[in-house]
Amino acid sequence: MRIVADKITFTYNRKSKFATRALDEVSLEIAEGDFLGIIGHTGSGKSTFIQHLNGLIPVESGRLTVGETDLFAGVKKNKKQLKNLRSRVGMVFQYPEYQLFEQTVFDDVAFGYKNFFPEADKEEIKAAVFGALDLVGLDRSVLNRSPFDLSGGQKRRVAIAGVIVTKPEILILDEPVAGLDPLGKNELMALLHRLHKTSCKTIIIVSHDMDEVADNCNKVAVFSEGKIIKVGSPKEVFNDYEGLTALRLDVPITEYIAMKLKEKGVYIDTDFSSEDFVKKLVDFYKNVK
Amino acid sequence: MQAIVFDGVSFFYKPSEENELPKLILNDLSLEVEKGAFIALLGKNGSGKSTCAKLINGLLTPTSGTVSVFGLPLSGENTDLFEIRSKVGMVFQNPDNQQIASIVEDDIAFGPENLGVPREEIGRRIDYALKVTDMEKFRYSQVARLSGGQKQRIAIAGALALNPEILILDESTSMLDPKGRREVTEVARNLNREKGMTVIDITHYMDEAAEADEIYVLDDGKLRKKGDPSEIFSDEEMLAETGLELPRASKLAKELRLQGLPLKKGILSKEELLEELCVSLRIK
Repeated sequence: MRIVADKITFTYNRKSKFATRALDEVSLEIAEGDFLGIIGHTGSGKSTFIQHLNGLIPVESGRLTVGETDLFAGVKKNKKQLKNLRSRVGMVFQYPEYQLFEQTVFDDVAFGYKNFFPEADKEEIKAAVFGALDLVGLDRSVLNRSPFDLSGGQKRRVAIAGVIVTKPEILILDEPVAGLDPLGKNELMALLHRLHKTSCKTIIIVSHDMDEVADNCNKVAVFSEGKIIKVGSPKEVFNDYEGLTALRLDVPITEYIAMKLKEKGVYIDTDFSSEDFVKKLVDFYKNVK
Repeated sequence: MQAIVFDGVSFFYKPSEENELPKLILNDLSLEVEKGAFIALLGKNGSGKSTCAKLINGLLTPTSGTVSVFGLPLSGENTDLFEIRSKVGMVFQNPDNQQIASIVEDDIAFGPENLGVPREEIGRRIDYALKVTDMEKFRYSQVARLSGGQKQRIAIAGALALNPEILILDESTSMLDPKGRREVTEVARNLNREKGMTVIDITHYMDEAAEADEIYVLDDGKLRKKGDPSEIFSDEEMLAETGLELPRASKLAKELRLQGLPLKKGILSKEELLEELCVSLRIK
């Protein structure tokens, strides 16, 4: 499923004196298979944008197409259509483990499925839940445990299982690794790559961690004050140290080093992923030697 | 002088069901924190870090062993918990869980008001707390309208209004964006340098920990290792076993070394990495 946003605009509290423009004519195309990183400081419109993609926020003006579904301003959406869309565009909010509520892991994950497929029989639910747990890499021994007894990283994986249980083609995650310890963080990033290869064709993450974006995404969109001010490969986007720091954003450590070396007259042609950066620096070193 | 002493401290939660075993969180833990130190406390989720924090200001009581703050034990018959608590300011992970009043000034006043501090003195403490956290212009703002980093600075200000001698940041930066994270750590850093405040920073960010004077690593309720950042981050076996990782610059330096680019060990910051690269690559 391809996503095409064409000049979408959104204003919070539109009719009151507290009206704030959150999105201002945002256009973006997300191809099937993209691993997109959305960056930008707090309040730049990132979360408002992603909530449009499964119809949680109705389009106020502009055009938005998600696969076959039109979410244009003024187009009447029926409940069935939206429900179908949401089963195919999974949304994982920040700290999704705060939304766990059932007595057992099984029931919590099953809740996500039953919501979309109320007529499903027991066997079907069981198969879906088992499938989701396998995908997020949780052992079946946790099925009957309370989700609240699990570690932070495990809880988050249960919450993600509850979203991917409907096999969405697009998975959107708002700061997926925030608050996790290093181990949990690495496991979760590995999980996202596994999902990207197997079941969710398109992955969209909102992140404040530039190194994570440089290492994992093939495409980056930079939000600022409700607009997308830059979109492209990490190489294109991160090759602008002054621009990013002017937005008070961090830059990947690889970009910092590359920029400083450039000031000293050494140009390293890299896409800023640590793997590529290390390779290019080592090549350079061999030439010097 | 020792600000904090843990002497053979064990802690477990009582099991919720009869047939369960008690869950051991701290296991005969002994450690000391010098007055005026800036310590990073690391360890994976469930290693006992937050439990330590809560034991230091008496929110929890050890199952066995003793915790003392400036020589005063926190358990036993003649303990004045109020006095000890006023020496230990805590800032938690989610600022929204720690804010009481809707206006910044009132929120900061809440702690000292509770302790019966005279009105004029409260005013002075608010002035001071707002100045130190660089939040003076938000004195009459609504807490709910502040950014995450600003809210955490207000939480620190609220703790400072109690005149604490120890500040504990319990994953206080984990919900913040990089800018907010820097704001909060800078305030803590300044308090430590300029006022001699003892700071304990519980964090999952290795880059943040690399800036501490000393790092304590907890694992399975025990102190696995303590040392300065370069000692801690050169012990890779320990890091792997305790679920920690290297700071960003050290990680990159290690990769470069593995691929045959000679770099000295113990690089912790991007500035150091740059410097060492210039040497190896013969760049002036």
